[in-house]
Amino acid sequence: MVENMRSVQRTPASTAVASSCDPGLFRDVSLVCLAGGVVGVSFGAIAVAGGLPVWVPVVMSLLVYAGSAQFSAVGVLLAGGGPVAAAATGLLLNTRTAAFSLAVAEHIGRGRLARLVGAHLVTDETVAFTLAQRDPARRRAAFWISGLGMFAVWNTGVLAGALAGSALGDTARYGLDAAFPAVLVALVLPSLRGDADIRRAALPGAALALAVTPAVPAGVPVLVALAGLVLHGRGRRRAGRRSV
Amino acid sequence: MSATVAMILVLAAGTYAFRLVGPALHGRVELPVRVQELLTAGAVVLLVALLATGALTEGGGFAGWARPAGVLVGGVLAWRKAPFVVVVLGAAATTAALRAAGIA
Repeated sequence: MVENMRSVQRTPASTAVASSCDPGLFRDVSLVCLAGGVVGVSFGAIAVAGGLPVWVPVVMSLLVYAGSAQFSAVGVLLAGGGPVAAAATGLLLNTRTAAFSLAVAEHIGRGRLARLVGAHLVTDETVAFTLAQRDPARRRAAFWISGLGMFAVWNTGVLAGALAGSALGDTARYGLDAAFPAVLVALVLPSLRGDADIRRAALPGAALALAVTPAVPAGVPVLVALAGLVLHGRGRRRAGRRSV
Repeated sequence: MSATVAMILVLAAGTYAFRLVGPALHGRVELPVRVQELLTAGAVVLLVALLATGALTEGGGFAGWARPAGVLVGGVLAWRKAPFVVVVLGAAATTAALRAAGIA
């Protein structure tokens, strides 16, 4: 991402608004928003096609605002799993946002309103975009641009999908389910490449998450991956430097 | 219907509470440097685990070949420092093409 940004800066800025920020950031965020919007349309369509009234996916998207948790909760509801199971599944999936919110807190801002609004915008994508920037000013801009953009487009998409139904057909055909992991690859690759400590924690963590996936409820595997953090800093300690 | 409303409200309130942990504590609780380091590393660990499980699994089982193949193409493009747009569209296009060819 950092490298991508540099190559983008050599090309003339296409957006006037972007003059103070990074035009490449706007373009990258727009692309993820577009993909998120299409997924939002499919969420709205699936919920309504399954028999839920239009307001359920719409209100849920505004208030819960977490794609994977929404899909899972609606999936449980439509499968007849009951509201308690639906809420529990969604909450388990969203546990990770507590860790994410701690990681990006300093980039959200200190005002009361910024904290209250910013908290609602913490998603996998906003965190990935934020941490992929090099300096605090860019990180803050990335958080708010991706946060507000994703929120607007996701909710518009869900409303459109709930009203229009399944006009898009099966969204699996567009390969968007591969686009989101690829977005994360592009955003975390610079940290993985540049920081051996993070690599040492993240790769075994991901392997552990994959290993337990068949055996545990959705949402738990990524939390299990955090066990990889015990390996963080090992190299430095071995090299004899103090790590704290 | 009221049970559905309650479900949405509980899920929304719980999710918001999780998300408020960071912004609410920031500037009020002084975290040691080592803890801050681990929080940033932890976010990357979570993102890598998300992309790995998201690329390979669906509903606790294997997601099929089309999706991981697309993510792999995206990963190779990202490794070769291709622009972000090329990475994302390359991944989606590969998966879409494989599905169109009958590979799930």
